[in-house]
Amino acid sequence: MTTKPLRLRELAKGDERISHGHRMCSGCGAPIVVKQVLMATDYPIVASNATGCLEVSTCIQEYTAWKIPWIHSAFENAAATISGVEAMYRSLVKQGKLEDRNVKFVAFGGDGGTYDIGFQSLSGAMERGHDMMYICYDNGAYMNTGIQRSSATPFGANTTTCPAGDVIPGKLQQRKDMTKIMAAHGIPYVAQASPSSWMDLMKKVQKAFEIKGPKFLNVISPCNRGWRSRTDDAIALSKLAVETCYWPLYEIENGVTRVTIKPKEKKPLVDFLKPQGRFKHMFSPENAGMLTQAQEYVDAQWNQLLKEAAAGEADKAE
Amino acid sequence: MGDIVAVTGNEACAQAFKQINPDVCAAYPITPATDLMQRFSSFVNDGKVDTELVLVESEHSAMSACIGAAAAGGRVATATSSQGLALMWEMLYIAAGTRLPIIMPLVNRALSAPLNIHGDHSDGMGARDTGWIQLYSENAQEAYDNTIQAFRIAEHLDIRVPAMVCMDGFIVSHSIERVEYIDDADVKKFVGEFQAVNPLLDMDKPKSYGPLILTDMYHEYKRAQHEVMTKVPNIVREVAADFEKMTGRKYDLFETYRLDDAEIAVVVMSSAAGTTKDIIDQYREKGIKVGLLKPRMFRPFPFLEIAEALQHLKAIAVLDRADSFGGYGPLFSEITGAVMSMNSKPAVINKIFGLGGRDYLPDQAEQVLDELVTIAKTGKVETIKEYIGVRE
Repeated sequence: MTTKPLRLRELAKGDERISHGHRMCSGCGAPIVVKQVLMATDYPIVASNATGCLEVSTCIQEYTAWKIPWIHSAFENAAATISGVEAMYRSLVKQGKLEDRNVKFVAFGGDGGTYDIGFQSLSGAMERGHDMMYICYDNGAYMNTGIQRSSATPFGANTTTCPAGDVIPGKLQQRKDMTKIMAAHGIPYVAQASPSSWMDLMKKVQKAFEIKGPKFLNVISPCNRGWRSRTDDAIALSKLAVETCYWPLYEIENGVTRVTIKPKEKKPLVDFLKPQGRFKHMFSPENAGMLTQAQEYVDAQWNQLLKEAAAGEADKAE
Repeated sequence: MGDIVAVTGNEACAQAFKQINPDVCAAYPITPATDLMQRFSSFVNDGKVDTELVLVESEHSAMSACIGAAAAGGRVATATSSQGLALMWEMLYIAAGTRLPIIMPLVNRALSAPLNIHGDHSDGMGARDTGWIQLYSENAQEAYDNTIQAFRIAEHLDIRVPAMVCMDGFIVSHSIERVEYIDDADVKKFVGEFQAVNPLLDMDKPKSYGPLILTDMYHEYKRAQHEVMTKVPNIVREVAADFEKMTGRKYDLFETYRLDDAEIAVVVMSSAAGTTKDIIDQYREKGIKVGLLKPRMFRPFPFLEIAEALQHLKAIAVLDRADSFGGYGPLFSEITGAVMSMNSKPAVINKIFGLGGRDYLPDQAEQVLDELVTIAKTGKVETIKEYIGVRE
């Protein structure tokens, strides 16, 4: 099967594999991410889903928004579950019990189901080398249960379990760098993407589907409920996340890092923080140090990434 | 007629797996079940089976991968023990609630704390409410036979329910016994081809597995699950009848031993039944009318059938190899539940024995029988629940 041309006009005409009418909040980033992922390819896809917003809102009782085979079993095991499906596919094809139709296997999980409770299951599935892609829609907290802190919650954020209190001003820790952790598994393809750069996201999906073995894609997914932002801001905010280098767009293919979209001008982090109510307390004078600390962390991470990308370039030149 | 061999319970179950050739097995090592999947791994790597083996990073993922694989549309098996089953607990309900016929030998072992690797039924009893069928085995032959029958039972199109085949850790899993194997071709024929129901891998007819169902219909789904379980006993008996035709070995929902004319009886599961039968023979020689009932199918529990078998008795001792701390032993609760439907009301006592692999010795059986003799005479029960075989 050839790679599908990513022309907006053609894509708009295509069949959507996740239907409208699901019950995600208006303005949620996650269904946009899923739609872009599924639209990027014509391969037959089977998906698993961790318990979470996406899962509870897309398959309720007799209704499903999924036009592809889809399975949810629990919260922490989307990777293990799809690995079982993939193993059965291989087994049945090998035994001649099922026709090989080049089916692709995808797991969707939020940051809670990926960075935290599903981390072990994901790590195991990646190590075992299943031919599958894990896609994390990262909204930076447990939004489904009511905006609790996760290890993906950014520094300073106000959540219901790390509220901006009189003594402790929100989350005091930096977020876990999940994309790099997945890269450390030595799997053939790891990338970070944003629904604001849809072409970049879809190209990454297309590339990943052509690679045999485990793949990991981390996608920022704004949540206006948890981010305390406007309902029509998902794309604008994910764009600002990229432009401030809070969420750099890059890929690590066979260990070689490449920044796929480099902002022309790196915007200050406050541009991303300001429109979000979860960071509001950081703008009061007594918390000025928090803004500095957040900016310094983003700068350090970005510089590190550029170094790694430069090393990748140098390797290629040799 | 198949080979007659000297093998352990684990080896016999691994042989059953080999003969059945599941499409996918996902497993994680845990004593004393490790040896079973380890032996099976050799069959995989030596090309003796077609199975895709998924060697996961935890029992939680083992059952999750089994669920994914079974939903995908093929024959799936795993094995575990103790803490492994405890870690799977969440997924056991999901396997049963999703009606996936996964087969799992459970090599019964104590639960922590304190850590103990030896046999008792705490693990299996902890999973009794998960919606799985549970078959308990007295010896390696039964473990082998039950494994083969479990595939037929679980995959029956009228039920599609996962099944655990239980055997006592070390006592059966690691003891070498005489086992009659069945010919490969006969096992294959007996178990039959796997029939997929609503397979996830039917790409032309996409299905969604694992919906959210709230107050409007959840209750009805659970009643449906209950109703499915009521169909299991007949299927277990049908499969046993076919199995007897093939092997001459007789199975039922439970086994009775010298029970028909007995006045007192012991109810006990798994390997301890063997020791008890020996002591019963000795007491019978002394003219004491004692018998035994050994439940094979613990879930669903055959209340009415057991009540019928026990109704002529004066006194019953239920031996539990597990405890429900602060309550009665789990088997005792079921037996007294069965007694509720009887016209006569025998005296029933509960003995907790053999926890964490503590040997169940003939003198413990004698102690229980002597107490039953007294109760039958006096009609008086001194203590309902008591630990036996305790080092004071």
